[in-house]
Amino acid sequence: MLIEFLKENLLMIYLLTFAVFLGMEIISKVPTVLHTPLMSGANAVSGVVIIGGIILIRQAAPNDYLVLFLGFLGIALATINVMGGFAVTDRMLDMFKKKKK
Amino acid sequence: MTNDWQTIKDLGYLISIVLFIIGLKRLSHPETAKKGNLIAAAGMGLAILIALFIPMEGANNNYLWIAAGIVVGAVIGLVAAKKVLMTKMPEMVSLFNGLGGACSMLIAFVELYNMDANASLASGQGVTTLFALFIGSISFTGSIVAWGKLDGFLRDSLVLPAPQIINLVLLVGILALNVYVAFLPSLDFSFIIALLVLSLIYGVTFVTPIGGGDMPVVISLLNSFTGLGAAGAGLIYGNMVMVTGGILVGASGTILTVLMCQAMNRSLLNVVIGGFGAAGTASGTSREQVVKEAAANDLAIQLKYAQRVMIVPGYGMAVAQAQHSVHELEKFLESEGVEVKYAIHPVAGRMPGHMNVLLAEADVDYPKLMELEDANKEMEQTDMVLVIGANDVVNPAAKEDSSSPIFGMPILDVENAKAVTVLKRSMSAGYAGIQNQLFFGERTKMLFGDAKSSINKLIEEVGTV
Repeated sequence: MLIEFLKENLLMIYLLTFAVFLGMEIISKVPTVLHTPLMSGANAVSGVVIIGGIILIRQAAPNDYLVLFLGFLGIALATINVMGGFAVTDRMLDMFKKKKK
Repeated sequence: MTNDWQTIKDLGYLISIVLFIIGLKRLSHPETAKKGNLIAAAGMGLAILIALFIPMEGANNNYLWIAAGIVVGAVIGLVAAKKVLMTKMPEMVSLFNGLGGACSMLIAFVELYNMDANASLASGQGVTTLFALFIGSISFTGSIVAWGKLDGFLRDSLVLPAPQIINLVLLVGILALNVYVAFLPSLDFSFIIALLVLSLIYGVTFVTPIGGGDMPVVISLLNSFTGLGAAGAGLIYGNMVMVTGGILVGASGTILTVLMCQAMNRSLLNVVIGGFGAAGTASGTSREQVVKEAAANDLAIQLKYAQRVMIVPGYGMAVAQAQHSVHELEKFLESEGVEVKYAIHPVAGRMPGHMNVLLAEADVDYPKLMELEDANKEMEQTDMVLVIGANDVVNPAAKEDSSSPIFGMPILDVENAKAVTVLKRSMSAGYAGIQNQLFFGERTKMLFGDAKSSINKLIEEVGTV
């Protein structure tokens, strides 16, 4: 069963492995100054889970109100994560910009 | 036709992923950071558009529900991001993070709910769904607790009896239940509810015993959990952009966490099972010691006639919103010919770079901020060190007392300076809950009071000297 699973998902496993290394490489060269904005920006990216919420609702039956409501809630929460995350990161970085002039 | 759309969708997601990677890369360099953030945001926008509008087989779309969710979320998110004080940034990030985790949890929950009752979960699909439920729930409640602790409405002193044992039992229990559920011949939904509740509880008990200077580490760790949760949810749908984006955040969050641990010379395991605040009381001497109190006008004279002044900001400065006053004092002293610099400890405040953000907000020149090692090199030539609301990062116990919970953490060697003045609200222990011998040092004086009003008083005094 395990072999079967690996066979079917080999491409995904490749992708996962490379993404792990890529993620580690991207961040290993960051000055401390940027740790907070970077954490906040990465946090906004993790809001990509919103895509799942969208797919969930698009596939739901139009009268399945429980699923629709939970999906709505998920999308709302993830949107706060995404919009708030990018906006707050932008605000932080604005402050670094300002004193450069 | 459906196949063509599939290809367009996959290519679009690929572009999103590339934008994420370029964005995160640029975010790691000061000059390109702002653009990087926008690029990552563009990648997210593209991914959302694709998810919304590429035709899906047998989809009912239900756009009204989606639009409602996005509008509600966008309004709350943007208002919160605009209104939040810069000093409250770590709390905000923690809260946002928890909401992302909650979304993974909801998706996994609904997918399990929708699953055929006769289906077994012992499949790739089933296991990833259980994983997303587990990790999303921990990230959700864990981040909420972290937010509460940073915000102060949850006290650090709130401890569970034998937290390590509770955590271990819970974790083993949850994993065992997961395995059991996965191998059930048919899905029993009451087990799913039990798993959900246990995972939510575990998130709380996981973060509750952690406190002190370890808070930033926990937030970073939870951030990577949320990434993994998103990746897990992505695996449910075989959605590349969710999987890759989630893993990117998961991996980079883990590295950031490890970097932070290294800055404090602690291992991640130590942080997670440590219970920092609780262990703190064991060390330190309890004999009566006296501190010397500084008078604002004496200090003002000393500052004015000093050649080099080093400012060591900490969380106390953030709480008092004193960064603008500090900058004003700095400008004033500079105009008198005093060289003023800032020594930034990597974990000062509640997040790495926290102090940098605050001082940048107050328009402090970037080259004035010195990192730990450079600052320590200049310490001996410094006439006066002003420690503003910092404590653990200047505690010599980290070097001298092997029983201290912060032993081994690199600190700013302010005791090497010619004189030290500590601005502090009271003699209470720092966030790590331990006493600081620096305060009783020969060259140390204390100036008690709220950081902002103390600094303002100093500015006044310096003006009249």
